[in-house]
Parts: sequence; structure tokens; C-alpha cells
Amino acid sequence: MTKLIDMSIATALDHLEKGTFSSRELTECYLAAIEHGGSLNAFVTATPEKALEMADAADAARKSGDAGPMCGIPLAIKDLFCTDGVKTTASSRILGEFEPAYESTVTANLWRDGAVLLGKTSLDEFAMGSSNENSYFGPVENPWRAADGASRVPGGSSGGSAAAVAANLAAGATGTDTGGSIRQPASFSGIVGMKPTYGRCSRWGTIAFASSLDQAGPLTKTVEDAAIMLGSMAGFDPMDSTSIDRPVPDYRAALTGDVKGLKIGIPKEYRLDNAPAEILNLWDQGAQWLADAGAELVDISLPHTSYALPTYYIVAPAEASSNLARYDGVRYGIREAGDDLIDMYENTRAAGFGAEVRRRILIGTYVLSAGYYDAYYLKAQKVRTLIAQDFDSAFQDVDLVLTPTAPSDAFVAGAKSNDPIEMYLNDVFTVPASLAGLPGISVPSALSDEGLPLGLQLIGRPFDEETVLRAGQVLESAAEFTHRPTEWWKENA
Amino acid sequence: MSKLIPGATGDWEVVIGLEVHAQVTSNAKLFSGASTAFGAEPNTQVSLVDAAMPGMLPVINQTCVEQAVRTGLALEAEINLYSVFDRKNYFYPDLPQGYQISQFKQPIVGEGVITLDLPEGETKDVGIERLHLEQDAGKSMHDQHPNFTYVDLNRSGVALMEIVSRPDMRSAEEAGAYVRKLRTILRYIGTCDGNMEQGSMRADVNVSVRKPGDPLGTRCEIKNVNSIRFVQQAIEYEARRQIEVIEDGGVIEQQTRLFDVAKGVTRSMRSKEEAHDYRYFPDPDLLPLEFTAEWVDEVKASLPELPDAKKNRLMADFGLSVYDAGILVAEPETAAYFETAAEGRDAKQAANWIITNLFAALNEQGKSIIDSPVSAAQLGQLLDLIADDTISGRIAKDVFEVMIETGDDPAKIVEEKGLKQITDTGAIEAAVDDVIAGNPEQVAQYAGGENPKVIGWFVGQVMKATQGKANPGQVNTLLKEKLGG
Amino acid sequence: MSVDTKTVARIAHLARLKVPEEALEPMAGELNQILDWVEQLEEVNTDNVAPMTSVVHADLPRREDKITAGDQRDDVLKNAPDAQHGFFAVPKVIE
Repeated sequence: MTKLIDMSIATALDHLEKGTFSSRELTECYLAAIEHGGSLNAFVTATPEKALEMADAADAARKSGDAGPMCGIPLAIKDLFCTDGVKTTASSRILGEFEPAYESTVTANLWRDGAVLLGKTSLDEFAMGSSNENSYFGPVENPWRAADGASRVPGGSSGGSAAAVAANLAAGATGTDTGGSIRQPASFSGIVGMKPTYGRCSRWGTIAFASSLDQAGPLTKTVEDAAIMLGSMAGFDPMDSTSIDRPVPDYRAALTGDVKGLKIGIPKEYRLDNAPAEILNLWDQGAQWLADAGAELVDISLPHTSYALPTYYIVAPAEASSNLARYDGVRYGIREAGDDLIDMYENTRAAGFGAEVRRRILIGTYVLSAGYYDAYYLKAQKVRTLIAQDFDSAFQDVDLVLTPTAPSDAFVAGAKSNDPIEMYLNDVFTVPASLAGLPGISVPSALSDEGLPLGLQLIGRPFDEETVLRAGQVLESAAEFTHRPTEWWKENA
Repeated sequence: MSKLIPGATGDWEVVIGLEVHAQVTSNAKLFSGASTAFGAEPNTQVSLVDAAMPGMLPVINQTCVEQAVRTGLALEAEINLYSVFDRKNYFYPDLPQGYQISQFKQPIVGEGVITLDLPEGETKDVGIERLHLEQDAGKSMHDQHPNFTYVDLNRSGVALMEIVSRPDMRSAEEAGAYVRKLRTILRYIGTCDGNMEQGSMRADVNVSVRKPGDPLGTRCEIKNVNSIRFVQQAIEYEARRQIEVIEDGGVIEQQTRLFDVAKGVTRSMRSKEEAHDYRYFPDPDLLPLEFTAEWVDEVKASLPELPDAKKNRLMADFGLSVYDAGILVAEPETAAYFETAAEGRDAKQAANWIITNLFAALNEQGKSIIDSPVSAAQLGQLLDLIADDTISGRIAKDVFEVMIETGDDPAKIVEEKGLKQITDTGAIEAAVDDVIAGNPEQVAQYAGGENPKVIGWFVGQVMKATQGKANPGQVNTLLKEKLGG
Repeated sequence: MSVDTKTVARIAHLARLKVPEEALEPMAGELNQILDWVEQLEEVNTDNVAPMTSVVHADLPRREDKITAGDQRDDVLKNAPDAQHGFFAVPKVIE
């Protein structure tokens, strides 16, 4: 039998049901792995005691015939989800020792279905970043290293979650995706990452970055696991006014392996002139895999694609500048003394927020300020309408859109830290679907020349996660991505 | 009433616009399930949403939406079937989110009108520019500790309607009449209790001055004035201040000012000196607020009779004067009281009793009409006793005094105290005879025609002799007969 | 549109972020770089295009007018840097 922590959620659930091992045993294995994986710096907070308590409860529930769909499965939770009585940081200094007295809807749904909390994973501060270097608690290392042994970033912002799953420190993890923060780290870390349709998962209790874009989703080892986990995370929440009241389908049942007759759009605008050949080749390969499985390839145009990133970098910072105003040293988090109230505010926020967060707050404040609103924010929201319309018309003709997930494999820490725009360009393929609120998945599909994972992205119609997952699994099977990183971190333990 | 203010350089006109913040009558807050009740212990009516805990989200209260629409309809305003909530961004300790959810470009209610009731039965229309829904802030207390400001978030998130007038008012009196009328309307439709002492209604007063015919002057905004009297005082002071500044060669700076109640002056607010840049943008946590014209019609159909309509009806149906009708409709409770008491009776008499006797008595006891010890039905019974000659109008006043003291029914009081009117002609005649016999001098005066008014004196004497119980009409007739009128 | 150090200082103050004097110049550079880049949106013709209000096409959900929260002062105050006598305490504000 494979090692317990190597198992997919689906396999582990089978064994738990058969009684091969208990949730406590499985959880203990993951807790040990977390302990040995310290040098990855994937976790901000591990919660071993709580994990064992929850595992015992899951075992008891299973015994009494009350096993939910995630019963006994140990998960890592991005430290952007508020967890009742467990320190929640958003990887920021400003939240200090903040301990919520409430549980986010998404995590509450997972616990309802029997999942077990292993701990809270690191992220780019307030989910702002694409490398997980912007964490107050230090950068996260990608479990994958290049052929020459050089370390790589895990992507971001859900970098801690991606690293935890890739290194088998958790059976699965939650992430949030605002412009690619689930899909891009999944691609960098050789795992599956899914951002569902905006409104599919509740945002209640998840610390906001950009409210019109933020969406929770799973990071898992397999597409099937993503289907299982999303099924638990998703659902209407009357506490979130942008949550959509429609039933959650049985996503696992959608995985029929049959994509015959599906029309797959290949958008010409994603064929960037400066994209590495290996990315473009993999994209072609992915299209061929789907065609081989019976899908029909259709060349499509999404004409406003190139404007998606600048649009995003107006809309997201604008919303963030307002969302982050509540961190003012009054009701929670740190407070830095000042000569008067305003001085206290300015000191607290300057000391509490990291450089990238401060930069985005300033950009966001500027684009909303008097005299600039129309030129920047309003203009961006109009272009956003055009971007969404591009997808609307494409989906008249096709069922899915296939693209690369990221324009490169995982890069070296520090490589892009000095140039914000260079960093922002990482999200070039993921941001358009975010702006349009569409579901997207990244499936690990190949290794780069450097021996690092590369993902392919499928984008679907609103609330058609089933088709996205179904085709995603077909890609996954065709790609046969069974590579594993060398477990260098264990030597450092 | 002269509306112009004389200055050293001639007459000045004051131009006033009001932004009234009216607390929506609702159980729970605009976007959270915490209570809106007044006077609770600090921070006990605060949900995690109101405290802007990380990840908390707003969900709108349907009743607050309906209340805003009711109010818009009562102001004869355009109801916008599509409106948008925006964030108004600024930092203040009692604003937990760092922004107020408000409506900026697309408010729920558009243009409307309020008809002011001015002295001498005059009226004046003041335009309503808009009404929008927004969250109230918490409360900062600056005087509890030498070094700290204390923040109580109980009010944070309570629904407010901001009702913005056009700058159509030209005197402090008109501004007062505006607030009074607005409050009356809100109370009629039950969308705001209008309780200014508890802060349920506050006004931001925009004041500017100009020479008649000139374009509008630079205005100053006096924030958060919490009584009609203060609104008027603040305007009087601010207008004079501005006139003095200009006449001394200065210019008015656009400013936010506070009204110092103790000193009766307005002064510049230090904390608001810096230029505002609220960075409004649509709140991405909320979708646009939409409803159908059919629903608006349903709400409209559910509105009660409004004060102006009621006033017109009281004048038409009961023949009341503008003045009396105006007083009676000012509070919905008074109007209801009147209608009960007047039903099937002499309406003018009922109006008089309420306006003269009841109001005086309530005033003395510091009570409102809701707490009146004499119910409308009881006042009606008293009027019936007068109408069927059981008691005289004079005795009725005594009975009423007892009713105010005890809350007893008038019939019971009349019975117990033996106040029933004497209509037995024999008894009255005896009293008349006694009075005539005892006062020959006055009889002579009357007979000689020197003083025909002395008849009134005789009536008084007879009434006195009968402790007021004799039927005054009968006394009059008998006296005239016997004195040979 | 180019941002100077004075503008950075004004924006930083609006956002209540202390930016030290010597950091204003580099910050202005970074912001200008980003703003120059996003200004490529000017190329897009957006005449008669409605701005996106929400990607969600649904009615704004409404809650009933019921009291469902409150009476949780301990939860509200427990993370406060300074709470006194049931209030949040902040450096004194002079109006």
C-alpha cells in the first residue's frame, strides 16, 4: 500500500470507509509530515491538538454511520479563512494575534462534512502576490526544485496551500483566487487548483482582498479530489449577498471521462509572442489530448484579453484600498502609538502592512480619488464589461476554453520582486476568467525543461463547474503527470 | 414677516438647504441583525458585521428598503426602481469599516416636494432633491477620559434616510417649519419616530447669504443639529456671522461648522478641516437594489392618509379653520384623537376642547397625547353630556379637570359629585327670585336701561347660587321675563 | 498623468499610511510605472459600454427585519488593542 500521505482524498475516503486506517492515523501521518516539512514554511499555524480532536470526532461519526463526504480528511486552510478560536493572520503583521470568534462559511461547510483542520497556511499578505514572497512570516518554498537544485517560489497567493498539498503535508487545501491565486500556484506546484464561478462559494468569513473577484476553491492532488472538496465548500450562503442560490451538483458524478463532441475554444490572443516555446508546445499538446478524446477544437478570439491585466490592476487595488481600511488599530490587530489619532492610524498601517500591500493601497486610493475615478476606475469597469462579453460570445460557440495556466514555470525567489509589473504578468492567463467571474481549473500536465511542473487551464461557462472538471480529468488522464518532487525538505528537518 | 436681514450695506437674503438624517424605524440594522433599540449598554448591540470584523459581509434589511420607499412616496417623490449602494471612504474611530455604505450616484428616491405650513395659513413648497439609505456611524465620546476617546458601536450600522432639500428656504422659521413638517410626515407613515432628543433625527444645515437677486453665496454646513430650536438658532447666528464677515470685507470659506448649544454660536470643526475625498465607488459586496413598479404600487396602496390630505379633509368635512386643522394634524396621534372624539359630534367643539383644554392640561403634566389620562372616547362622552344638557359648558370644565386627575368617565364624575344640570324650572325660578329680591339696585339699573349688560351679572349670581348647575339658557329666559326685558 | 511626491504624500495621507519623506520619491516612481502601464486602457473604445457592477446576475438578497445578532460584547471587544469599560479606546480626538 502507498504511504497514507501520498493518497488522494478519494483513495483515503475508500480506506477510511473500509476501515483500513482511521482518520486519527491518517491525521497523525500528516502532522508528522508537517513537522518534517518545516523548511517549506508552508504553515503559519499548525493545529495538531485540534486536528486530533477533529479526527477522533470523524472516526466516531463514521462508526455511527454519520460520515459526511469529507469525513476524516485532513486539510490545510489558507490563513485568509477565519477559523473560530484559531489565530488568523492573512500573513500580515497588522492582524497581530487576531483570533476570530467565528468560522468562515467555507471552512464551516468542510467541518460539517467531516474534514479535519491541520493548520493554517501561508499566503502572500492579504492574498496580494504571485510568489508567496509577500508574507510577514517569510517566503514559502516550492517543494519542486529545478534540475540544478535551485529553489523556486510556489506561486501565490495560495502558495502555502499549494506547497502543503504538493509536499503531501495535507490531503487537500483551501485557497482563494482573485486573479489566479489558486490556479497559478497549482501550476507551479504540480497539483490541481480550481477557482469556481464567482458566487459559488460563500465569501463570508474569508478576509477580503478584492470583493468582486475573490472566490474560494480547492487545491488537491487530483481532479476527482477537487470535485469532492468543491462539493463540500460550495453552496448558497444567505450571509453573502453575492452568493448564488442554486443547488450544488454532485461534481464527482460529473467525472464521466467523456468529452466526445465537447467544443474546446483555443483563444488566439493567448498565444503571446514572448511566451516560452515549452508553454506553447504544452498548450498544443493539451489541445491534442482533448481532440484525441473526441473533443472538437475551435479557434476563437477573446479580443480584449491584453487589457485584462491593466483592468485587474485598477479594479483589485481599488477594492482592496477600501477593504483594508478596517485595519486601523482600533478593534483588532496591532496598534502603533502616535502623537494623535491620525498619527496612530498612519503608524499602525505603515508598520502593519508590507510593501506590496502598501503599494496596492496607494494605487487603489489614487484611482478612486477625486478627478481620477472616471479615467481609471470607471474606465476599467467598462473594459471589464467588454472582457466578460468576449467570453459570453465565445461560449455561444464553445463549451470550454483551453489555455496555459501561467506564462512560465516556477521562478527563482527574488527574480521578480523588484519589478511589480513583471510580477503582475504572471497572472496574464488567469486574470481574464477572474474578471468575468468564470470557473477555471489548472491541471498539472508536464514538466518544463528545468524539470518543474506546468499546468493547463480550462475555463467554463458560469456555474458549469461540472464540464470544467470532466474535461480537466480527461486532461489529467492523458497527461499522466505522476512526477513527484524530491523530498529535500525532509533532510533539513 | 420680513425675510430679509438688514445689514450695514443693505438687506441680505439667507438661503438654506437641509440634509436631514432620519433613523429608519426597524427592529434590526440596515445590513446586520443587531438591534436598533436606544439606550443599551455600550457595544452590546453590535454584530460582527457592525464591528467590521475581517470577512464580514452586509445583507440588506428588506424593511429598511420598504421604509425608504414609503417615505419617498409620502414626499411625492420619484422612486428609483434601480439604485446602487456605494462606499464612502474615510477614517474615523466610530466608522469601523473605514467606509460608510451609502448611496451616491443612484439613490433609491429622487425628486419630491414638501409643503410647509407657515403662519397665517400660508404654505410654501420646498423641493426634495433626493433621499438615500445609508448606515449610521457609532458614537465617539470625547469627554469620558482626559486622554482617550471612547467608542460605542451600538448605533453603527443603523439605517438612516438622508433626505436632502433644495436650497429653497429663506428664513430660520421656514427651516423650522420644514423640519416640523418632515417629522410629521415621517411619523404618519411610521418610517421614523422623529425623536430628536434621542438622535433619531438630525439635520445638517447649509447656510449662505446673498444680496437679493445675486447668485448663491458660498455656503457653510452646520453639522448634526439635533433640535428644531437649535436649527433656527444656528441659522440666525450663522447668517449674521456671514453677513458680518462679508461686510467687513472678508470672504466666506466653505466650511463644516458645529453649533455650540451652550453659547448659541457656530464654530469651525477642527477635525474636518482637511479637504474631503471620499472615493465613492459601488460596494462590491452588494448587488444593485432593484424592485418592480408593481411592488411600489403595493407599498403606495398601504400608505395611510398623509397630513396634507387629512388637513384638507378636516377642513372640508368638519368645517375646521386652517389653523385648527393644522394643529390637529401635526401629530398623527392628535389627529386620531380628534377624529375619535369628533365622530358624530360637534367637530368644532371637539377641536376647541382638544386645542384649548386638553393641550393645556397635557402641557401642565408634561405628557404627550399618547399618555393622555383622558381618552378620546371619554372626551367624546363629555361632549355628549354637554350636548344633551346633562351639564353646562362651565361645569364640563370642572368635570374635565377631574377627568385629567383621575381618568374617570365623565358620567361617573357628574353622578358622584352631583353636578347634573338643574333643568327643573321651579328650582331655577326660586333662585332667580332670590337674586332679584336681594339686589334692588341692579334691578333698577336694568329697568332704567342704564346698563343692559347687568343681565349678565344676574346670570352669574344665579349660577353662583346654584353652584353652576342651573341651565344657563333657562336662567337667561327667566331673568328677562321677571325683570321685564 | 504623472504622480509627483506631493501627490504621493496626499494619497498616503488619505489612505492613512505613513510614508517617510525619503520614500516618497521612489514610491512616486513605482506608482508612475504602474499607472503608465494601466493607462493602455485608454486605447479601448468604451463609448456606450456600461461599467461592470457585478458578474453575478441575481437579485440582491434581503434579510428579514429580525434581531439575530448582538449581545456579544466580549466577542466584539476581545481582540481590541485597548478596550476600557466596555468601549473601544483610541487616542483622544478633538473636534
